[in-house]
Amino acid sequence: MNQLGFPLLSLVLWLPTLGALALLFVPRDSIGTQRTVALAFALAALAVSLPLYFAFDASSKGFQFAEAVDWVRSWGISYNISIDGVSLWLVLLTTFLTPITLISTWDSVHKDFRSFQILMLLLETGMIGVFVAQDLFLFYIFWEFTLIPMALLIGIWGSANRVRAAVKFFLYTFAGSVFMLLGIIALYLLNRQATGTPTFDIAILQANIANGTLKIDPTVGRLLFASFFLAFAIKVPLWPFHTWLPLAHTEAPTAGSVILAGVLLKLGGYGLIRFNLQLFPEAARWAAPAIGVLAVIGILYGAMVSFAQTDMKKLVAYSSVSHLGFVVLGIFALNQQGISGAILQMINHGLSTGALFLVVGYIYERRHTREMAAFGGLWKVMPIYGGLALAMVMSSVGLPGLNGFVGEYTIMQGAYLSDALGGAFVAFAVIGVILAATYLLRMFRLTFMGDVTNPENATLSDITPREIALLVLLLVPIVVIGVYPNLLFAPMQPAVEQIAQQLTSVVASIR
Amino acid sequence: MPDIQIPSIDLGVSLQLLIIFGGAMVLLLADLFSGEGNKRIVGYIALLFVVGAAAAGVPYWDAPRSTFNGMLVLDNFALTLNWIFLLSTAITILISLEYLPRQGIERGEYYALLLFALGGMMLLAQGTDLIVLFLGLELLSITLYVLAGFAYPRLSSEEAAMKYLLIGAFAAGFLVFGIALLYGATGTSSLAGIANKLGSGLAADDVAFMLAGAALVIIGFGYKISMAPFHMWTPDVYEGSPTPVAAFMSVGTKGAGFAALARLLLVALGSQYATWGLILAILAAVTMVIGNVSAVAQTNVKRMLAYSSIGHAGYILMGVLSAGSPAAANRGIEGFLFYLLAYSLTNLGAFAVLIALEQRGEAAWSLDDFAGLWHRQPFLAIAMALCMFSLAGVPPTAGFWGKFYVFTAAWEAGLQWLAVVGVITSAIAAFFYLRIIVQMFMRDPVREISPSLDRNLMIGVGLAALGVIVFGISPTPVIDLVQGSVLALSR
Repeated sequence: MNQLGFPLLSLVLWLPTLGALALLFVPRDSIGTQRTVALAFALAALAVSLPLYFAFDASSKGFQFAEAVDWVRSWGISYNISIDGVSLWLVLLTTFLTPITLISTWDSVHKDFRSFQILMLLLETGMIGVFVAQDLFLFYIFWEFTLIPMALLIGIWGSANRVRAAVKFFLYTFAGSVFMLLGIIALYLLNRQATGTPTFDIAILQANIANGTLKIDPTVGRLLFASFFLAFAIKVPLWPFHTWLPLAHTEAPTAGSVILAGVLLKLGGYGLIRFNLQLFPEAARWAAPAIGVLAVIGILYGAMVSFAQTDMKKLVAYSSVSHLGFVVLGIFALNQQGISGAILQMINHGLSTGALFLVVGYIYERRHTREMAAFGGLWKVMPIYGGLALAMVMSSVGLPGLNGFVGEYTIMQGAYLSDALGGAFVAFAVIGVILAATYLLRMFRLTFMGDVTNPENATLSDITPREIALLVLLLVPIVVIGVYPNLLFAPMQPAVEQIAQQLTSVVASIR
Repeated sequence: MPDIQIPSIDLGVSLQLLIIFGGAMVLLLADLFSGEGNKRIVGYIALLFVVGAAAAGVPYWDAPRSTFNGMLVLDNFALTLNWIFLLSTAITILISLEYLPRQGIERGEYYALLLFALGGMMLLAQGTDLIVLFLGLELLSITLYVLAGFAYPRLSSEEAAMKYLLIGAFAAGFLVFGIALLYGATGTSSLAGIANKLGSGLAADDVAFMLAGAALVIIGFGYKISMAPFHMWTPDVYEGSPTPVAAFMSVGTKGAGFAALARLLLVALGSQYATWGLILAILAAVTMVIGNVSAVAQTNVKRMLAYSSIGHAGYILMGVLSAGSPAAANRGIEGFLFYLLAYSLTNLGAFAVLIALEQRGEAAWSLDDFAGLWHRQPFLAIAMALCMFSLAGVPPTAGFWGKFYVFTAAWEAGLQWLAVVGVITSAIAAFFYLRIIVQMFMRDPVREISPSLDRNLMIGVGLAALGVIVFGISPTPVIDLVQGSVLALSR
């Protein structure tokens, strides 16, 4: 079993689904009960996920809290879940963000409330499942499953153009992942040919590749790398696979955007680390410079397009393209700094961009517009809102002392030291940081600073205590990470170090 | 003149067939004695026979045997197929019970015809002789000609029956001619006999005859399974036929055609894989592309399902033909059986929802009729969504495992490119399946539809949807079943 002798991880994974099932028995019109039930299960999942951190052995590089049960024995498929330093924080991010978004729906979801909660909870299980699955097949199932609730959330509760956004989101990501399925099949069969035992166990596959039991022809290896990479690059999204994202983000309901930016995009980054780097180190080294170029283009492109937006939500959406370019850059630095920076930046982006979507959502609820031109001087009428919004903007900009700075700095350090990338990549990435400050501060200036020019804004009252509470909850980890990043870095180091070492040794042995 | 030898007959092998054919006779009588407007009772009796036949097969699991001079077998392969066909027929009966009176076409012989067709399908699964296969196919086809025109006097139904008859006659012609050539080349009509003959080598002339015969037989079955380029009849016939009949055809005829084709290719022509393997692989690829690409353009849901069923024929064929390669012999058959079961449940479920939405006297199955279904009939919407996700191959549904199975088989057979085509067409297919989900969940109702909420229909929908999700989450029982079903098909 595991160090606790108790299926803690399964509990974290399935509590949200239990909540979704429980909600089915709550009458359709008793909104109050639905709120309580959904939140209770999400909070319970958060509560049982906290021991994952406290009982986590930060000195171990291996997988912890492992549980394994045969699922389809003859194929070597098992229900095999555990976490390591890479997934620990992503799981916690998921369990932390979900209750916050659930509370945010109390003010913003006005139709079919129960279904919304059910889908959110199912989505939570799907996302946690992706992070904890240690069986390639199980991973794929969770990975694909997240599509369904998210597409429905966008398509049912989104704004005017929602159906197009939902369809585009589903088709893009589905098209990417079917190629991954092919890659999974190929890897599985290659391994079975080489060893004679069918298995989808990721750790075994990795070990077999690392120790040479499973020799993959370099060309085949690169094709397999590509099949996984495509799926993850679309999800991240990396330029030029990003076109579904601005639409999906803009049309999604606020809670959907928060979860989409907060967690769903991280599935892609996580997949790149777990599969592309760990299963195909040689191909990863081969492709790293090219992917680095795409990442830098994404950073600059996202930033420039953000600058041109007049709609706040679109601006934040495009800023995601830019920020996740950093994540990919860090991952393909292929060293410890780069990868741990990327993981941290995924958490950061989840917190700060999630918060920014909430900020935009609040004002949209009041004014039903997100055009920056319709605002101005909001700080005068809504001082608390303005202050919190500024903090979130600064976090996203990367102000030292807040979380974003640490992540970006570590990534750039990694890219600079990387023998796959190098100083030139960093030079361009820095421009991205500067641009981020420009477009985000421009947004802040246009909406919050100056005088109240539009009389409709003069009568706005400040955000409610509940809304304040949500932003403050997000602000706490933002500040904590900014001041003491080691809290997050420490548990992930052994695992990341191992990945980096593996990469170096495999690449070295090939040369 | 030698005496005619009467072989000893093992009735156990044909027990299921006897129950079904006997049942069909009883139904004809029962129809006579049941009053007008009270034909449901006939349907219930039919259901009883189907369940009885399914149960009668249980003792024969893992006890392969043959009779009638080896013309008929009952091995695990045939048994599994029989069960799939029986399940499909049971669901078809359930979804017909209320549909027929609602459409004003309730006649008692419907159920008798259905059982005769089912008997034909089972013959195709059990037959190991070209003559038996032909017999089964004709029995199936002739009953379906009648069933397709059952919505008489609706013109489209008559058109469907006529079209199906003409095309079916063509197909039968190809098949008979092919059988004749095969017999001429090998001197036997038994599948095992043909295999023996091929194994011991043919004269050069006979090889040409054999190949021509094999090609014609494959074409004959190709019509039935709607393999491109012999698929053209499918959309028109499905659209015109009464919806439960279209549902039955889309899973039953297809499954039975595949069953016979699999036995023919793998048992009789297994040694010729090098010849037919690549040709069929190309045809499978073309079938997937044509079916799925054409479905994108459809706005009529019934036609869309028809094209999608063409696409699925391609996936099923992928499993069957992979089994020809020694590297994927078992997995190909397993994949075929698994996919067939998953597809049968899913497609019947989808058609059942269509039936619930079908209004009397209307011949339009517009996408708009699905608009807002989630708000009016959540049960139907969820069932349909499950079926659509399963057809698209999204986990955790049975359809996903089916796809995974056949892709794996194709890859193992060395047909990686075919798996790639399968994957690309699946991505295309997601588009039109998703469109129905979009209509149901994300749009407001366009016009007032009063869906039928008959209890039997709901049981049919529920059974199919439940199967789709349960076998999606826990596929092990089905995998065990199909893994047990390959043993008998040894070459």
